[in-house]
Amino acid sequence: MEQIPVLQLRGITKCFGEVLANDQVDFDLYPGEIHVLLGENGAGKSTLMNVIYGLSTPDAGTIFFEGSSVQIDRPRTAIDHGINMVHQHFMLIPVFTVAENIMLGDEVTRGWSLDRKRAYQEIQQLSEDYGLQLDMEARIENLSVGLQQRVEIMKALYRKTRVLILDEPTAVLTPQEVDDLFEVMHQLIRKGISIILITHKLREVMHIASRITVMRRGRVIGTTSPAKSNEGELAAMMVGRQVTLQFEKTPLQTQEVVLDVQELTVSDEQDREVVHRVSFQVRAGEILGIAGVQGNGQSEMALALSGLRPFKRGRLCLSGKEMTSLNPRALMNHGLAHIPEDRQKHGLVLPYSVADNQILNTYHHFPFSSFLQRHQQAVLTNSNQLIDQYDIRASGPGSPVSTLSGGNQQKVIISRELNRDICCLLANQPTRGLDVGSIEYIHQQILKLRDQGVAVLLISSELDEIMSLADTIAVMYCGKIVMNTPADQLTKEQLGAIMAGS
Amino acid sequence: MFQWKKVFKSVWFFIFLIFLLILWSYFHYPVVTVAVLASALRQSTPLALGALCGLIGERSGVINIGMEGQMLLSAFLGFLVSVWTGNLLFAVLAGVMTGALTGLLLAFMSVTLRIDQIIGGTVINILAFGLTGYFYQVGLSTKGKLQPISLGPLQDIPLLGPVLFNNPPITYLTLLLVLVMHYLLFYTRWGLRTRAVGEHPRAVDTLGINVFFMRYANVVLGGAIAGLAGAFLTLEAVGSFERGMTNGRGFVALAVMIFGKWTPIGSWGAALLFGFAISLQTQLQFGGLITIPHQFIGMLPYLLTVIVLAGFVGRARPPASIGMPYTKE
Amino acid sequence: MLNKKKNKLLHFWRTVDVPVVAVLFSAVIGAVLLRISGADPLDAYRALFQGSLGNISAFGRTLQKATPLIFSGLAVAFAFKAGLFNIGTQGQLLFGALAAAMVGFTVQGVPAWLHIPLALLIGALAGGLYGMIQGALKAYTGAHEVITGIMLNYVAINLTDYLTNGPLKDTTPGNIIARTPLILETSQLPSIGAFPLGFGLALLVALVVWWLLQQTTIGFEICTVGNNPHAASYAGMNVNYTLVGTMLFSGMLAGLGGAVETLGVVHRYQPGFNVGLGFEGITIALLGKTHPVGVILASILVGAMKAGASQMQFSAGVDKAIIDVILALILFFVAADVLIRKILRYRDTKGEDVILSTGWGK
Repeated sequence: MEQIPVLQLRGITKCFGEVLANDQVDFDLYPGEIHVLLGENGAGKSTLMNVIYGLSTPDAGTIFFEGSSVQIDRPRTAIDHGINMVHQHFMLIPVFTVAENIMLGDEVTRGWSLDRKRAYQEIQQLSEDYGLQLDMEARIENLSVGLQQRVEIMKALYRKTRVLILDEPTAVLTPQEVDDLFEVMHQLIRKGISIILITHKLREVMHIASRITVMRRGRVIGTTSPAKSNEGELAAMMVGRQVTLQFEKTPLQTQEVVLDVQELTVSDEQDREVVHRVSFQVRAGEILGIAGVQGNGQSEMALALSGLRPFKRGRLCLSGKEMTSLNPRALMNHGLAHIPEDRQKHGLVLPYSVADNQILNTYHHFPFSSFLQRHQQAVLTNSNQLIDQYDIRASGPGSPVSTLSGGNQQKVIISRELNRDICCLLANQPTRGLDVGSIEYIHQQILKLRDQGVAVLLISSELDEIMSLADTIAVMYCGKIVMNTPADQLTKEQLGAIMAGS
Repeated sequence: MFQWKKVFKSVWFFIFLIFLLILWSYFHYPVVTVAVLASALRQSTPLALGALCGLIGERSGVINIGMEGQMLLSAFLGFLVSVWTGNLLFAVLAGVMTGALTGLLLAFMSVTLRIDQIIGGTVINILAFGLTGYFYQVGLSTKGKLQPISLGPLQDIPLLGPVLFNNPPITYLTLLLVLVMHYLLFYTRWGLRTRAVGEHPRAVDTLGINVFFMRYANVVLGGAIAGLAGAFLTLEAVGSFERGMTNGRGFVALAVMIFGKWTPIGSWGAALLFGFAISLQTQLQFGGLITIPHQFIGMLPYLLTVIVLAGFVGRARPPASIGMPYTKE
Repeated sequence: MLNKKKNKLLHFWRTVDVPVVAVLFSAVIGAVLLRISGADPLDAYRALFQGSLGNISAFGRTLQKATPLIFSGLAVAFAFKAGLFNIGTQGQLLFGALAAAMVGFTVQGVPAWLHIPLALLIGALAGGLYGMIQGALKAYTGAHEVITGIMLNYVAINLTDYLTNGPLKDTTPGNIIARTPLILETSQLPSIGAFPLGFGLALLVALVVWWLLQQTTIGFEICTVGNNPHAASYAGMNVNYTLVGTMLFSGMLAGLGGAVETLGVVHRYQPGFNVGLGFEGITIALLGKTHPVGVILASILVGAMKAGASQMQFSAGVDKAIIDVILALILFFVAADVLIRKILRYRDTKGEDVILSTGWGK
C-alpha cells in the first residue's frame, strides 16, 4: 500500500513487574480500514491499546501519527490527535444523561454556564449524519447495553475521531446488536475513520476485518487478511498449536432426575423480574447446556439456584428432595457444587492462602475443625493433596491466591468444589477469560464428572463450549427458556439464531 | 385520580405545613417566634456551610468527616488574627485560609497517600482538638465581632424583616454561597466534571480530565468553606474562642448534608430544620414552655439522620465512588 | 545459622517498623512544637517519662490509663477484621460505663465476687447491644456504620447526660453536678499493690480475642466476611449474622472498657470522664496493626503518655493538650504507612491499604 498509515507502532515494549506484556510490537493502521487485533486473554492486546490511548507509557518504542513521531502520555493527547477508545467496560456515568456523557470533557460553554442547547444540537446533527438514534435526555442506567455502546461511539464521533479503538465490543451484545454494530462500523470506515477491533472471536474476524494482526504472549505473531487465511489457521496462530475443541463423549445413559427446577421466577437488584417461570430437569450423567447472550437472566438464575438470591416463585428439587429457597449451606450439604461466574468476586478470597480457599465452604466440618477450634494441620494436608491432584501451579499451600494465574485460581475453586461428595454441578461460565490449556483441562474435568453420574448444569455464552460439552441444550432469552432439545439435533447456526431471539 | 400519598411524600407539602405553623405561631407569640426563627437562621449558618464543604468533597469522591476539626482550627486561627491585628476582615480571611489548608491536608492524605478517608478525617479532628487546646491561652479577647447589617426598608417587613434582613455578613454570605454552589454544581463545566469524578473516576480519566486535580481542588474549596464556618463561630456568633467550641457541629453538618441529599439547596433546607431544632431546644431549656428534657430535642437531628440513612423515609443516593482512592492502572 | 537469626530479626523489624517509626517521628514533631511554644522538649519528655515509668506507682498509673484503651482498641481492631469501622466505640463505652455504675450502686447486699462480675457483664451487654444497632442497620438496611456510629455517639452523650441529670442523679445533699451516686464498695475493682486488676482482665480479654480470631471457625467467618463478603455468602456463611455478631462483640469490648473504668477508677458515672477513650481506640488499633498484642503494646505507650502528662504539666509547665497533638500525628503516620515505607526506602512502597469507608449507602 502506498498510503501513509494513520498510526504506526514500532518496537513497543511494556513490562509489568516480571511479565513482558508487550515485546517489540509493531503495528500499522491505514486510513479507512478495520484492523483486527486478535489474541487470547493476556496476549497483550489491551496493554497495547492502553499505550496508544495514553493510559500507560511504554518502556520502549515509538508511536508515529500520520508519519511523525508523537508522545502520547495521557488520554488527552490521544483525544487531541483524534484517537478514541470504546472500552470493554463502558466508561459512562450511570446517573448522567446521554448528552451529558457525550459532552463530558469537551463541554460547550457560554460564559460560565454549560450551553446544553448547543451541545444537544451538535449531538443531534451527528446522530443524524451517522444514523445513530439516541434519546438525549435518557439516563445511561436505564439504557440497554447496545444503546450504551452507541453512546460510547457517539462520544468518539463528538470528538471528531480519526482512529477508533473498540475493545471486545461484541462480548455483551446479542447477535442482532452485533449486526447493527458491524453496520455502523462499515459506515464509519466509509467516512474515512480507521478502526482497531480487539477480539478473540474468530467468526467475527472473518466477517468484518480488512486486515488481521495476531498476538500471543506479548508478541505479534503475524499479520494477514481474511482472504489469505481461515479460522483454523488463525486459531493455531493465536494459541501456538493445533487446537481440538472436540471431545470423545460416551453416549448419554438416561438416569433419574437430579436437578428439577419448576416455574422459577427471580428478580434482580432493582426488583425487575429477569427470570420468568423457567423449568428444566437435569438427569444424573447428563450435561444440560444453557446457552444465551450474557444478560438474559442466567446470572440471576444461577444465584437463585445456589441459594444466594430468593425465589420469587417456583420450586427446586435436588435428588427428589424439595430444596426451594434454602440457603447456600443447605444446598451444599445436599451435594450441590457451584463454580461461580465471577471467580474473584464470588469464588475466592484473594488475600487468603490457597489452603484456606480450598476449605472456604467446609471449614466447619471435621477434620478442618472440631467444635470451634480450627485445625490448621488438617487444612494444610488437604491442600497439599489437592495441589498435587489438580496440578495447581502455586509455590505452596500458604501462598495467597491473588498471586496465582487465572487458570490456577479456577483450579483452586474446582479442587474445592469437586473434592466433595456431590450429585450436581452448577458451572456458570467456567472458562471465561482463561487460556486454552486451562479451558481444555476444565472441560475434561466436567466430562469426567458427567461420566461419574453427576448432573451438570453448564451456563455459557460461548457457543463452542455448549456445542462440544452439552448433551441437551436449552437457550435462555429475555429471562425465558425458549428451547430445550438434545444437542445432536442442532447446528451452530440454528443455535445462534435462537440465541438472538428468532 | 388525585394521589394523596404523593402529596404527603412531597417536600413542598412539608414546607407548606411549616409555613402555616410559623404563621400561626407568629399570630399568637410574635416576639418569641421572631426570636426563635432568627436564632434558627444563625444556628443554621455553620451547619449549612459545613454541609456545603462536605457535599462538594463527596461529590468529587472524597468523604470528609474532618469538618469538625477544620472548623475548630479555623475558628481558632481567625480568633488569633483578630486578637493580633484587630482587623475582622483579615481574621475572616485567616479562618478561610486555615480551612483551605486543612482541606489541602485532607486531600493529600486521601488522594495522594490514599489513606482511608475516615481515618484521614479523624486525624484532622484529633489534630485540631490538640493544637487548639495546646496553643490556646485563657484571657485573650477580641475587639468586638461582626455586627448585623440591616438592609434598609426590607427590615421593616413584618416577620421576614427582622429574621432575614438584619444579619451579620457571614450569614448573608452563606445564603449567597448556597445559590452559588447550586449554580456551580449543576450548571457549569466544573460542576459536571466534579460530579462525574465522584461517580466514575476512571471514565473521567479516560476523557483526559485530571481526577487528582479535581479532587484536590474541590476538597480545598470545601475546606475554605468550612473555614468560613469556623470564622463565623468566633468572629460573628460568639466573639471569643473556647476549647472544643465547635461542639459537634462538624458532625451535624455531615448529617445535614445527607439529609439534603448532597445538594446545596436541600442541605440549606436541612440546615434550617436542624437550626430550628437547636434554637427550639434553647428556648425550651430557658423558656420552660414545654417540659420535654432538652437532651431529647438535642438528639433529634442525630436520630433523624440514622432513620434517613437506614432508608425508612426515602433513600438518598450518595455519589458512587466516595471513600475509594483512585489509582491509575 | 547467623543468617537465619538475621532473617528473623529482619522479619521482626518488618512487623514493627511502621509503628516504631511513626512514634519516633511524632515525638520529634512534638518536640518542635514544644520548642515553638517556648518549652524545653527534653525537660518535657523527661517529666513525661518520670510521671509514667519513673517508679512503681507511676507505672501503676500507666497501666491504669492503658486499661480502657486496650478495650476500646480491641473493639475497633475486632470490627476492622469484619471490614467494619466501629467509630461508635465512644457511645458503646458510655453505655457500658453507665450500666456498670447502675449495677454498682443499685444492687445491694451481694458479695464482691458476685457484684463485680455482674456489673462487668451488664456493662458489656449494654455496650454490645448498642453496638448491635449499628451492625443491624448495616446488615439489613445498608446504612454505613461510620455515619450511624457518629450519630449514635451523640445520641448516647445526650441520653446519658439526661439520665445523670434526671432519674439517676446523685441525690447527695449539696450535689449540683450531673453524676450518679458512688458505686458500693462491693463492686469496686481493686488494685493489687500498684497493679490494677482491670489491667489483668484486659490482658485476659485480649487473649480471648486473639484465640477467637486466629483459632476458631467464628474468626475465620469474620475475616472472610471482612475480606470478601460475596465469597463468604457464596461459601455458605451468613454475612448478616456475622456483621451483627461482630458489632455485638465489638460493642461488648467497648462496654467492658467503660465498665472497668467505672468500677476501677471513677467509681461512679459522670459525663465527661470517659470522653475520647473511644476515639483513641482507633489510634490504638491502627498503631497495634489490629493485632491483640500490638493493641496491648500501643495502649501501654499511649497510657504512659497520658499518665505522665500531669507530671509534665506540673514540673515542665507544658500543657497536657500536647499529648492529643502527638496522638494525632501518630495516627497520621501509622495510617500513611506508604510515606514511612518511602522514607525507609523500601522497594515495595505498596502498603497494606486499609480501605473501609466505601460509600455511605448500599
